[in-house]
Amino acid sequence: MPRASTILRVAAIVLLVAFLGAPQRFAPLFAPLTEYGAPPIYDQGDLLSLALAHLGTVFVAAAASTLVAVGLGILVTRSRGAQFLSLSRTLANIGQTFPPVAVLAVAVPLVGFGQTPTLIALFAYGLLPILENTIAGLQGCPPAVIEAANGMGMSARQRLLAVELPLAMPLILEGVRLSLVINVGTATIGSTVAAKGLGEVIIAGLLSNNTAFVLQGGLLTGLMAILIYDAMVTLERRLLRTVPA
Amino acid sequence: MINIEGLSKRYGSTTVVDAVSMSIASGSITVIVGTSGSGKSTLLRMINRLVEPTTGRVLIDGADTSLTPAHLLRRRIGYVIQGHGLFPHRTVAENIATVPRLLGWERSRVAARVEELLRVFQLESASFGRKFPHQLSGGEQQRVGVARALAAEPALLLMDEPFGALDPVIRGKAQDDLLDIQRRFGTTIVLVTHDMDEAFRLGDCVAVMKQGRVLQHDRPGVLLTRPADPFVTRLSGTADRALKLLSLTTAGELAEPGPTEKRTVAAAASLREVLSDLIWSGADAATVLNPDGSSAGRLTVARLLAHGRQG
Repeated sequence: MPRASTILRVAAIVLLVAFLGAPQRFAPLFAPLTEYGAPPIYDQGDLLSLALAHLGTVFVAAAASTLVAVGLGILVTRSRGAQFLSLSRTLANIGQTFPPVAVLAVAVPLVGFGQTPTLIALFAYGLLPILENTIAGLQGCPPAVIEAANGMGMSARQRLLAVELPLAMPLILEGVRLSLVINVGTATIGSTVAAKGLGEVIIAGLLSNNTAFVLQGGLLTGLMAILIYDAMVTLERRLLRTVPA
Repeated sequence: MINIEGLSKRYGSTTVVDAVSMSIASGSITVIVGTSGSGKSTLLRMINRLVEPTTGRVLIDGADTSLTPAHLLRRRIGYVIQGHGLFPHRTVAENIATVPRLLGWERSRVAARVEELLRVFQLESASFGRKFPHQLSGGEQQRVGVARALAAEPALLLMDEPFGALDPVIRGKAQDDLLDIQRRFGTTIVLVTHDMDEAFRLGDCVAVMKQGRVLQHDRPGVLLTRPADPFVTRLSGTADRALKLLSLTTAGELAEPGPTEKRTVAAAASLREVLSDLIWSGADAATVLNPDGSSAGRLTVARLLAHGRQG
């Protein structure tokens, strides 16, 4: 089993790198999907730089979501912040319920076209899974362990940093993973408001009725999502080795 | 010396601990025993201020504990809870090193102390310190919990039902080990349990609690022979109280001079064990042997029976 998964993982990475490095090499594969001699490979921009911009947007948004959601999760699980627990959950739920397209529509008049409205939409969309998992992780620490930490003479901050956060880490990382994977796909809509990303390829394909563009934009996005998912699972496993469930 | 003065804890209109005053001698084991809901755990947790008293105060060697920040106070007091509460993400060695690290001990001193404790608790093996709590047996987890509590050489150790999660065989061993450790380090121990047998086995003094009050605080023998309250009698049990009384004295303490007998017993054995041995073997008397093999005198069945009749 592990061997098969390793082969698949390496194959996915090789495919992604090969395609982004020299897209024209794959032209014969996509040619049957084009009509009237349209270009089989996206030629209105560099695929590699689009992919990097796409990833950049996703990671910046996820970093902001993580920072805010983990911070909020810590705050509302302290006795001082307990009264904000349901409020913060409601806010994060709204962020998740509100469609990113709608967020873009609201954000563009306020901050203009480009990367910023996309970052706002992805940030709001990615908050909920991280917040919920942070809260679950922190509330799930065994009471006996918390009692022991207090009894040993740890201050509240020491207990949080040395005991609670490490024990909640697997769940928090799971939330970050969900958020990242959702947003790799969601970031494609950013191209409707002129953010650089792989959505550009898909939209260009839709506009010019070029299935090859749509397919290669979708495949690249999918490959990146799978690889990010895989990398996060590996990271979580490595941490789990020292933190039994 | 620990002085508890008029200590009470109230939650709203419910009084959990009601004006408890008691003194605990340094280097002794005091067992607080009571049914669930008697307030015994709350009383214990007020000593290290995991629960803040509503009224009253606790003095340790004359110093009022409320004058030290709670988390600094707790670093000087060992604390063991039921189900050990070991940190699951830390190794055995890291768990034991918790309080010394909080106190900012030098790395080499921490390592030496961890090694010493692993040896004292018979947990030594090249790899034991690197194991994680979930890789240990219940008895080992419990020992690591006690080792962690003793790591910073506290003069006072608080234990809240420390053996509650262990099976009877391992519990007996853990109790013996605790007595050994206590003799070795001279630690003052306050232990909470609902098990009267455990209280009699471990306690130099036993405090019986009911509904937040201490009904009687005295040596185990006194609890048996002069109970202050019917509840104390009920909790100790009347069916085998003569045998319980015998179990509180060792053969060495009661041995008298006399001729040498064929049957021999160890000086450290309890009178209850000696009586059982004499019933089993059919002998009327036994010679009591010191650990070095010399005779400490003899014990007759008649003398044993007389001792159990005192009450």
